Amino acid sequence: MISKGFGKKLDALRPNHLTVSNKPSAIPKKAESPAAGTDQSHLAPVNANLTPEARIELYRTMVRIRRFEERSLRAYQAKKIGGFLHLYIGQEAVAVGCCSLMGKNDHVITAYRDHGHAIAVGMDMKPLMAEVYGKVTGSSKGKGGSMHYFDPSRNFWGGHGIVGGQIPLGVGLAYGVKYKGLKGAAMAFMGDGAVNQGAVHESYNLAALWDLPVVFVIENNGYSMGTSQERSSAGFGLAERGRAYGMAWGTCNGHDLYDVRATMDKFLKLAHDESKPSIVEIDTYRYRGHSVADPDKTYRTRDEIEDYQKTKDPITLFQKALLNEKILTDALIEQIDAAARQEADQATEFAEASPFPTVEDLQKDVYWEIDNPGQNTSQGRIFFDR
Amino acid sequence: MPVISYREAIRHALSEEIERDPNVVVMGEEVAQFNGAYKVTEGMLAKYGPKRVVDTPISEAGFIGMGVGASMLGVRPVMELMFWSFYSVAFDQILNNAANLRYMSGGQINVPIVIRGPANGGTNVGATHSHTPENVLANHPGVKVVVPATPYDAKGLLKTAIRDNDPVMFLENTILYGDKGEVPTEEYLIPLGKADVKRQGTDLTIVTYGRSVIHSLKAAEVLEKEHGRSVEIVDLRTIRPLDIDTVLASVAKTHRVLIVEEQKPFASVGSQLAYMIQREAFDELDGPIHRLTTIDSPAIYSPPVEAEQLPNPERVIKAVLEALA
Repeated sequence: MISKGFGKKLDALRPNHLTVSNKPSAIPKKAESPAAGTDQSHLAPVNANLTPEARIELYRTMVRIRRFEERSLRAYQAKKIGGFLHLYIGQEAVAVGCCSLMGKNDHVITAYRDHGHAIAVGMDMKPLMAEVYGKVTGSSKGKGGSMHYFDPSRNFWGGHGIVGGQIPLGVGLAYGVKYKGLKGAAMAFMGDGAVNQGAVHESYNLAALWDLPVVFVIENNGYSMGTSQERSSAGFGLAERGRAYGMAWGTCNGHDLYDVRATMDKFLKLAHDESKPSIVEIDTYRYRGHSVADPDKTYRTRDEIEDYQKTKDPITLFQKALLNEKILTDALIEQIDAAARQEADQATEFAEASPFPTVEDLQKDVYWEIDNPGQNTSQGRIFFDR
Repeated sequence: MPVISYREAIRHALSEEIERDPNVVVMGEEVAQFNGAYKVTEGMLAKYGPKRVVDTPISEAGFIGMGVGASMLGVRPVMELMFWSFYSVAFDQILNNAANLRYMSGGQINVPIVIRGPANGGTNVGATHSHTPENVLANHPGVKVVVPATPYDAKGLLKTAIRDNDPVMFLENTILYGDKGEVPTEEYLIPLGKADVKRQGTDLTIVTYGRSVIHSLKAAEVLEKEHGRSVEIVDLRTIRPLDIDTVLASVAKTHRVLIVEEQKPFASVGSQLAYMIQREAFDELDGPIHRLTTIDSPAIYSPPVEAEQLPNPERVIKAVLEALA
């Protein structure tokens, strides 16, 4: 794909590099340990301790994301969806792995390729599909669209359209957690295209300066839109820029859900236990163009995409792992897939059947005060249509 | 009633709100250890400590965005921009994020942040430091915009702004920081969107806000004494929400209007006002709506010329006499 190997020989010079070992010397033996009969020694505790049901849920969530994305692509091609549609297909293990580690006071914010994160934090497919359809039953009442999914009740703060613009907000979430004296963290996701934005670097500096519990997660899918990393980013690896800010950093294999969880667990602990920020670069790959409007013919080859699909697909790889662990069966794989397709179809039917918002809805949800008329204190005119 | 400065009035508002609400945090460049670039926050670090009064690096996009993010979790940051002119480097955080988050989330989020600092020319600091962005800010549904002219208004409006659950842009003025006025000891709040008739008159209404209120009041004295003209002065105090009713009531009384603002003329706050007045009080007008603005070039450095570029009492007098001619 691209050469991300700059500086690989320089490990000794990387004082902030957290070496993530996923091979602990002793796996705690727990009665509820899933795969009590299978060898778990290759797994980090955070994975080894997962029940079979939890592993199946992780697999199921990845499949659900993929089927949702495929279904929304069909809707887009049928001209049911306006604007942009940035699909997450190929990157599922990243959002699912990271979000599966969230505790009560952990928060997530991401960019516009946000469908995977929304499903991974537990949002229902129906309002998500309705949102891209621009329907009033959508998660943002049809006011946000594909790039702007939110669910604060699940600590999911969007869904942001401007590259890198969400990262200062992520630092603010960490600031808020720390200010309130809670043990929690923010995961601030961005793509590899965001790492050269000034707001991102300002965020790194603030987080490191003030020891804020944030993990900056770079989902490196190799291309910032159509520009490869080597044509856009100078210096060593993307996470390694954390060195300049005295921040811990690390990398992991985003095709391997267990590796994502093992790595992120380590960095989240750093945030939770020591209130230290970090940068994690997760290698991943998107099979579709930057957005559905991207003809995807100028900057990479079909062979490259097919190679990833054949050898590094995160769902296939995790499926194999769970088959080896004798947790999944062919019948269960079929059942999960059929259920995910049905769920996506039902979400589409829901979206199709739902009404659009009205012109009267335009000026709702602009000001808290207008939406809470009993509690307003302002006077005067606030909208200026006359 | 105690007489205090505009600067002290703002400090009192910040202090009272910090004491009232544990979620209020004052944050910005040089606000703590340095005691404030314009001494607005002088003594607050010593009194309230580093958790409540926080020095930031020179990093407006970063710290304003951070404040927006923290406000989503219920922190109530009052962010100081050393100059509002620096809003341009935080534009995305203010006007994409703070302004739009509630909308794009379908009403799930609110952003109770205040961004405050001086926004004015007249201090010979050149074009980059002399912006008056109230029109730009008010062009974005989702934010509120406040421009106080007096110590009394500054305190009462800032306290309201801090308690407001929407993002409030609070534009002060370096030249007004030393101005003094009566401010009561007991607590008071001034609602946003309520104009104040600063002077009663019969011949012409000046609609204005910010430092231009002070210029207009001086001009009105001269106009009365030397020209026998009676001018009414409506101080908007907040730009969005806008108390257009008070403006229209005054127009119905005087039938003549001059808008005075420290804005560049093109698409200014005054442009919007002129539209609304003609649309809603056309039959009340005995003549065209006049407007006095900053002369339409980038802010000049040269001190004597900058004084002429901005509205000043002499220019206001001239404009009133033209409007009444």
